[in-house]
Amino acid sequence: MNRYPLWKYVLIGTVIVIGLLYTIPNFFGESPAVQISPAKTSLKVDESLLQKVESALKLANIPFDGVFLDASGVKVRFANTDTQLLAKDKLVSTLGKDYTVALNLVPQTPNWLQSIGAKPMYLGLDLRGGVHFLLQVDMKAALDKAAESTVGDFRMSLRKEKINYYGIERQGQVVVIKFESEAEATKARNLLAKDFSDLTYKVSGSDKDYSVTASMSTMAQKRIQEFALKQNLQTLHNRINELGVAEPIVQQQGIDRIVVQLPGVQDTAKAKEILGRTATLEIRMVDEEKADMATLQKAQNGQVPFGDELYFDRDSRPVLVKKSVVLTGDRITDAGPGVNGQNGSSVVNVTLDGRGAGIFKNVTRENVGKRMAILLIEKGSTEVVTAPVINEEIGGGRVQISGMANAQEATDISLLLRAGALAAPMEIIEERTVGPSMGEENIKRGVHSTLWGFAAIAVMMIIYYMVFGGVSVMALGVNLLLLVAILSMLQATLTLPGLAAIALALGMAIDANVLINERIREELRNGNTPQASIHAGYDRAFDTILDSNVTTLIAGLALFMFGTGPIKGFAVVHVLGIMTSMFSAVLVSRAMVNLLYGYRRKIERLPIG
Amino acid sequence: MELFRIKKDIPFMSYGRLTTSISLITFILAVFFLMHRGLHYGVDFTGGTVMEVHYPTTANIGKIREVIDNTGLKDVTVQNFGSSQDVLIRLPVKKELSIAQLSEKISSSLKDADSGAEIRRVESVGSQVGEELYENGALALLLVCAGIMGYLALRFEWRFAVAAIIANMHDVIIILGFFAFFQWEFNLTVLAAILAVLGYSVNESVVVFDRVRENFKKMRKASAVHVIDNAITRTMSRTIITHLMTQTMVCSMLFFGGETLHNFSLALTIGILFGIYSSVLVACPIAMWLGVSRANLIGDAEKKPKEDEAALAP
Repeated sequence: MNRYPLWKYVLIGTVIVIGLLYTIPNFFGESPAVQISPAKTSLKVDESLLQKVESALKLANIPFDGVFLDASGVKVRFANTDTQLLAKDKLVSTLGKDYTVALNLVPQTPNWLQSIGAKPMYLGLDLRGGVHFLLQVDMKAALDKAAESTVGDFRMSLRKEKINYYGIERQGQVVVIKFESEAEATKARNLLAKDFSDLTYKVSGSDKDYSVTASMSTMAQKRIQEFALKQNLQTLHNRINELGVAEPIVQQQGIDRIVVQLPGVQDTAKAKEILGRTATLEIRMVDEEKADMATLQKAQNGQVPFGDELYFDRDSRPVLVKKSVVLTGDRITDAGPGVNGQNGSSVVNVTLDGRGAGIFKNVTRENVGKRMAILLIEKGSTEVVTAPVINEEIGGGRVQISGMANAQEATDISLLLRAGALAAPMEIIEERTVGPSMGEENIKRGVHSTLWGFAAIAVMMIIYYMVFGGVSVMALGVNLLLLVAILSMLQATLTLPGLAAIALALGMAIDANVLINERIREELRNGNTPQASIHAGYDRAFDTILDSNVTTLIAGLALFMFGTGPIKGFAVVHVLGIMTSMFSAVLVSRAMVNLLYGYRRKIERLPIG
Repeated sequence: MELFRIKKDIPFMSYGRLTTSISLITFILAVFFLMHRGLHYGVDFTGGTVMEVHYPTTANIGKIREVIDNTGLKDVTVQNFGSSQDVLIRLPVKKELSIAQLSEKISSSLKDADSGAEIRRVESVGSQVGEELYENGALALLLVCAGIMGYLALRFEWRFAVAAIIANMHDVIIILGFFAFFQWEFNLTVLAAILAVLGYSVNESVVVFDRVRENFKKMRKASAVHVIDNAITRTMSRTIITHLMTQTMVCSMLFFGGETLHNFSLALTIGILFGIYSSVLVACPIAMWLGVSRANLIGDAEKKPKEDEAALAP
């Protein structure tokens, strides 16, 4: 009766082998590496970058252990930190500012393990050191800004249709327009409702004092907030890329928050400065009278003509741009990639707000045939993103920027246009910094707690339950193995509370084996045969084990749902630990007991203490 | 080796009055300290800044205080922690300064005063985050209680569910009482420990209840009191061994886990000790007084409860 069919042994064996395979990478340690990733969204990560890096290192005679390509960039592995630093300097000078070169640690997992996707566990900031920021996006400011630009839009529309009003203002997020007659007010409402359909309008008042109030629908508000958050995320991404951080995390949390995690960063002052920085976008005219080679050459030697400024475009070509600003990025409400209807080439569609559209219309009418430069000003340096020729007067606030090489470039540039500046101000509401020495210490603490606790439990179990205690300890070992394997597979973030949860999971999981062993003893005491006692012990204990694990699971899930940060890390491990313990304590220990006793004809007595 | 070879059932239920009075007194004491002293919340909940600074030589607390006073910040506490080289600095939330500026100000002034100062850890939490964590913590606690009660009611019976949850909430209050009495810092990891304990010590009640149900099936003639006494006695060995093992692990965390896991393991220790007691000696009497009987456990197929069993309910 205490025999498993062959397939069960095979299944358990397979699970343990898989567990071993995915646990192994955690023991290989890490080696110093340099990570190269593009600083601009328009640059691609591909084979050519890999070859560029490889040839640069070979040229400089810097030995490296391996070069490989992944989604975020190229990583190069080195034997020691000296060559790593040497290589970093070399790569920075050869690749220029188009790429960020960051120091990193990469796992020394052998290739055959990497090929099956086995990686070491993903350590949280409290274990590897770094900074964590939680930023709150000021959504009220985003909505106010949107309402403010609506005021400008309304003015334009009303003026165009020659509707008389004597006042327009923003009251909070509501726009109020004053009229002298009800007829005018109604006319205005009908016009605006047609042009700006995502607002709701109301006419009120009496006796020469009528007003139309326009308020944003909840849908429109939601859209504005989502847009603001998306843009801030993108801006942060771009900025952090410049920091040269390996594996940064920039994520949305909730509807109005952004989490930024920068592993390995110690200089928090610099990080904060970069997060809080404001980038601006400007549209200015290219000085076409001074566009000849001679003047440009002179300008590059320091003789910039009066009223102009010298900038470089993305291909490092000099452009002389007039000092007076046509438009700033504040006037851009959206930008997206598109296709030109006439020739099918890729374009970027930019939407301007009312005021911006008016200015743009005038400027384009007066400058047909000339070039207009779009500048991105960040950290004191200005770059010409693009400088297209104006073909005709552009009204209505919809601007099409042509000259894109392909659809990908159109997407990248529209992202850049959107992401240049923050859509809404942000504030840091949580900051956690952990030094690298602290991180290592935390790992040591967690690992020591687990190992010493495990050892003590093992000794006590074997003394108390003898062979069955040994079986329980083996099962507990399998539990630890599987838990680490699953955490490695899922690449769930392991934090110090997570390490504590591993220890606690083991301390709690032993309960199942104690229950089983006690049951077997009890059955033996009641005069049953050893084989029957084993069978009944496992069978009867199972219901209890299931019930008690379900209640623990409920607590774990609640922690997961409501926990943030370190608590979530604890909850994940806690819940996974319960699942693996069900498998190891019941199936694995039973399989071992079956192999030990199930095939014996006669057992005098069970060594269960 | 076998430590608990108990021949006769121990009449736990006859001590019911005693054990519940002990519980009641500890419970009332815990509530008293909670009300009187309150919990010493960590920055996770109150908002504020905590900085851990390491010095290469013995830290001069007086001088550090002076440096911080010179920055003009008020209500700053500076204390040694762990070793004489490690210092913990606490600041409340400041209205006029953002938390980002606050920690920057302190760390730069400390580094100016002593270039050897190593900022090992900074935790800054805005007040709005703290409030949310507080709410989420309370919600999580409620959800766990509801979930466990629901499961037990489904799997056993509502009387067991009520008894188990009363016993376990009493554990939670007692843990909180300890934290209030000793003014240990109550932070997020402690909250995690409490919720874990809640799930864990319900196990305890579940194991006993399982035995009670099984006994009701087997011991057809026995009274409810007898059935419960037998169930507790026969699971006692398992109860003690299991808790010994879990406690061993928790002690290991207490010794090796360092500052971060210290209060976490303390909460677990209290939870485990009181968990044994309450889940057996509080949950069972309550279940009995609520009128647990063979009929309402095993189902309608069984006959109606006998007169003497029903009479046990007060």
